Amino acid sequence: MDHVTTGVALLTVVLVLLPLGAIFAYLIYKGAGSINWAFLTQTPKPVGEPGGGMANAIVGSVVILGIASFMGVPLGIGAGIYLSEYGRNRFGDIVRFISDVLNGVPSIVIGIVAYGLVVLRQGHFSALAGGVALAIMMVPTIARTTEQMLLLVPQAMREAAYGLGIPQWRTTLSITLRTATSGVITGVMLAFARVAGETAPLLFTAFGNQFWNWKSDQPTAALSLQIFSYAISPFDEWHRQAWAGALVLIVLIVSAVSAVRIAVSRGTLAGA
Amino acid sequence: MEAKPASLLQGKVSELPDAIFGWAMRLCGLAVVSLLALIVWELVVRSQLSWHAFGWKFFVQSDWNPVEEQFGALPFIYGTLVSSLLSLVIAVPLAVGVAVFITEMCPAGLRGILSFTTELLAAIPSVIYGLWAIFVLVPLLRAYVQPFLATTLGWTGLFTGPPYGIGMLAAGVILAIMIIPIISSITREVLTVVPQHQREAVLALGATRWEMIRVGVLRNARAGIVGGVILGLGRALGETMAVTMVIGNRPEIAKSLFAPGYTMASVLANEFSEASGDTYLSALVEIGLALFLVTIVVNAMARLMVWSVTRGQPARNIA
Repeated sequence: MDHVTTGVALLTVVLVLLPLGAIFAYLIYKGAGSINWAFLTQTPKPVGEPGGGMANAIVGSVVILGIASFMGVPLGIGAGIYLSEYGRNRFGDIVRFISDVLNGVPSIVIGIVAYGLVVLRQGHFSALAGGVALAIMMVPTIARTTEQMLLLVPQAMREAAYGLGIPQWRTTLSITLRTATSGVITGVMLAFARVAGETAPLLFTAFGNQFWNWKSDQPTAALSLQIFSYAISPFDEWHRQAWAGALVLIVLIVSAVSAVRIAVSRGTLAGA
Repeated sequence: MEAKPASLLQGKVSELPDAIFGWAMRLCGLAVVSLLALIVWELVVRSQLSWHAFGWKFFVQSDWNPVEEQFGALPFIYGTLVSSLLSLVIAVPLAVGVAVFITEMCPAGLRGILSFTTELLAAIPSVIYGLWAIFVLVPLLRAYVQPFLATTLGWTGLFTGPPYGIGMLAAGVILAIMIIPIISSITREVLTVVPQHQREAVLALGATRWEMIRVGVLRNARAGIVGGVILGLGRALGETMAVTMVIGNRPEIAKSLFAPGYTMASVLANEFSEASGDTYLSALVEIGLALFLVTIVVNAMARLMVWSVTRGQPARNIA
């Protein structure tokens, strides 16, 4: 009976790891075979013409994520500071609960909200609208992880700073936040990685674009959108490019996250 | 502005910067609350038109006809429920099994690697799951799984009809793969807080390993595991891209799991940007509002259940 139990548990592990292995194997096998210089430097070609690439989508993703981080990161960290330093009360509990609730809101619903907030007011799809949608998704995650990281900083450190006559705002920024920097940045990167591959909230905000676009108020291509539209298309050439796009997306996410973590551990960002 | 100990002695530390900083942070906290208010406001206001036109009938009618402006959300609600429940049926035993293996049986060295790998599954974007499902999972289902199910379980009526590959079954399977990491990491968290002496007590009574796990561990962690499962359900209900890519996108209510279906999230993904006409758009927003309300209730329930076991320690932000 013991052995049966162990056997069954082992079997579940194998069954769970199998798809993971299969996804990564396929991603690398299909993706690596389709990435070439043209894929990284050219815009999509019309249907039927071979070649072309996703350069505009790669840049578009970077722009949208930049806008999202620019809005979401400071707000999220600020809310985290509020929760840990000022929010040990009733209202703090409400903010905490709402953050958890926001974390569970389906991303497509966030897309509808960004559509109403930005697209309808501006009159057209835009990178800005996509950035707003992703920023809304980043805030609760960053707020909760920042709070947890700041709470790990011993109370004695704050008291030591107060004892030296340092005002509270300075203590929070230069002592508490600085001590927790690497944890806070890990939380930020977690939120970043989570939204970087999001597609649903971009469908009717950033919308996608077959050409280069450098304006933040125009429809903008994004890697995830491009992967989606190529994957459901009937053309082999586009399927090939969808795999390549997926591999590039994963590599971009992983390298962005590791670059920031290396910078943190080397101390380049330690003063941030 | 450098604060010096001397300034404290002279009693001249300005309190203004502190007050400004304090209020700026409170404003950030308030912003989180207003984000939720904003979401509710946008959804409620923009779905008014459809609400006034159809009322409660919106949720029980199955006619979805943009041309004649007749909208009923039942096929989408049905598709969302069936695909999510199907995914739970597949995912829960596997996820709990993995969690039990990691906490109760696994050698310590392997434990970290295993939990890291299962959590890696959670980091893959949903569109990549969808891509994989279209080109790998669906052909597998069509060639092997569906014919097998049809011959062995065809009499139930759940596995009949032509095996397209694409359809409710494919959606359930890919959703299961996507929610296993959440359920298993919450279950693992809950199993770790079961006191060691519970296990020892059961073993001392002469129980086998299986009885120890069943009586000593799983029974103690029941509420938390159910919470994890409901969190997984919340994720499955709102999951969009992967489902849209494999479910077939046909607003029909069919008994067979081989048949194509449609979910609330995928109808939004497919039709929202092309919706012409105010009623059409408003009907779609109303589906979004319904989806939002359901996931909120499901998530709040799950958090409470997980909290009741981990005793107030906040559940990790993975939902």
